[in-house]
Amino acid sequence: MSNELALLSIFLLSIFVGFEVVSKVSTTLHTPLMSGANAIHGVILVGAIIVADHAETTLELSLATAAIVLATINMVGGFVVTDRMLQMFKGKPKAKKQDGNIDTGNKDSGGK
Amino acid sequence: MSQNLYDLIGLAAGICFILALKGLSSPKSARRGNAIGAVGATIATVIVFFYANEGRALNHLPLILGAIAFGVIVGVPAARKVQMTQMPQLVALFNGVGGGAAALVAIVEYLKLGETATTAEVIATVFTVIIGCVSFSGSIITFLKLQELMTTRPIIFPFGRQLIALTLIAVLATGGWVITSGGTSPLLINGALSLLFGILFVLPVGGADVPIVISLLNAFTGLTVAASGYVLQTTLLIIAGTLVGASGTILTRLMADAMGRSLFGTLFGAFTAKASATTGAVDARPVKSGSADDVAILLNYSQRVVIVPGFGLAVAQAQHTVRELADLLTSKGVEVAYGIHPVAGRMPGHMNVLLAEANVPYEQLVEMEEINPTFPQTDVVLVVGANDVVNPAAKTTPGCPIYGMPILDVDKAANVIFLKRSMRPGFAGIENELLYEPKTTLLFGDAKDSLTKVVSALKAL
Repeated sequence: MSNELALLSIFLLSIFVGFEVVSKVSTTLHTPLMSGANAIHGVILVGAIIVADHAETTLELSLATAAIVLATINMVGGFVVTDRMLQMFKGKPKAKKQDGNIDTGNKDSGGK
Repeated sequence: MSQNLYDLIGLAAGICFILALKGLSSPKSARRGNAIGAVGATIATVIVFFYANEGRALNHLPLILGAIAFGVIVGVPAARKVQMTQMPQLVALFNGVGGGAAALVAIVEYLKLGETATTAEVIATVFTVIIGCVSFSGSIITFLKLQELMTTRPIIFPFGRQLIALTLIAVLATGGWVITSGGTSPLLINGALSLLFGILFVLPVGGADVPIVISLLNAFTGLTVAASGYVLQTTLLIIAGTLVGASGTILTRLMADAMGRSLFGTLFGAFTAKASATTGAVDARPVKSGSADDVAILLNYSQRVVIVPGFGLAVAQAQHTVRELADLLTSKGVEVAYGIHPVAGRMPGHMNVLLAEANVPYEQLVEMEEINPTFPQTDVVLVVGANDVVNPAAKTTPGCPIYGMPILDVDKAANVIFLKRSMRPGFAGIENELLYEPKTTLLFGDAKDSLTKVVSALKAL
């Protein structure tokens, strides 16, 4: 299989997986799901790092650096805010009062 | 590290993303799903440092690490500190910067490849720049709308449709120009026009439809990531981007269905709807307003009370007071339930998050389809800071912006009490006929103050 064809296969199969995985979701979860998917496309950070490594001119390097900053905000911020939303859905109330700023458990150190 | 090992680890990250989306689709596993996604993203990011420069340390390593650290310093506090009420616009913003990052990556790679780029690579680059820029500028506009830094009503400008169509043609034409003759300037012009198109395309969308647009732009950004994955020959980006693109498209459709909107109507409805439906020609009619004591008495002698919370409740941070009132009524033997509209708040599921934050028992939150048949047996409906989701115009006035949206049938109940700050219409900017009905009582004031007064009046009874 040529490289192009392999990439095409991956692309098409991913479309089907993406469709299947979320075909039935209750409205309650629409926002967190969107937010989680939003965080996942933050992996464009990987692309940003690759082009920063390639960069030769100052222009290329500055654009790539900007891309890294934006992508990191997308990825890290996205996972943290999704976690905060989902924290609210936990089954039994643990007598936690008000205050949205509860520790998120810090399970995502943000891809260092 | 060998190419094969790298690819295998990349595959593992891709599987993490699939499991993440799967997990996020069900309430029980949602939080774990998100964590798995974060693990996948972390793996993907760490591995690229070992691989990208064929095993040697990356060029510009300090700068790269610094940029990541800066992104974390900006992103994490923003995500942690944001009020739950403002969360939707933060998600919009995160999505926008992701789209912007994808466009920048494509531009840099194009500068780098120069003459050597194949036609397929140039096409993918142009695609990424166009969609990434549209997603970026469009998301900024949705942010401004949700943050109410600009009007939430559809903005209709003269020759709007023609202007949008013309911009789109210009975007496609410059895109074609880049593909056929190449060059950096054409690509930048293409990007600038795409930014303009993103703005024009979101401006006419009404406030209530903004979540659907955010979801659509989110799917768009996913596809740009997939396209940059092709240009950079990085399988993982293709997998992750395509997953988000596909699931985001389905999610956009589910959301539009939940709101009773067609996607087409959402995007272009403002230009076709009759403007007359939104005029406020009925302002001067009398309404019945009551005091906290009146409301307390009415509630005290009810058997069944339904509370309909809306965004106004969240803004007033009244979710805790509302729970206090509900607890008090329950202790007096009144049956209390919350009627939750799927898009109460600013986004589907937003209200559930806000009430869960105030420890409202999950069993009391009743979804629209289940609560609607019970309104005829309900004595009092207490509408706290909601408006559009109970507006009968959605059923009776064809052509108004929310026509066709499923609503809570509170007009079927014996009494309706509106807690409102003013007579100002809701987010969608439409007059609510229900306010003028004889069975309706209005209690003006900040939702939290009003509720506190009702609670103390009720205690005194």
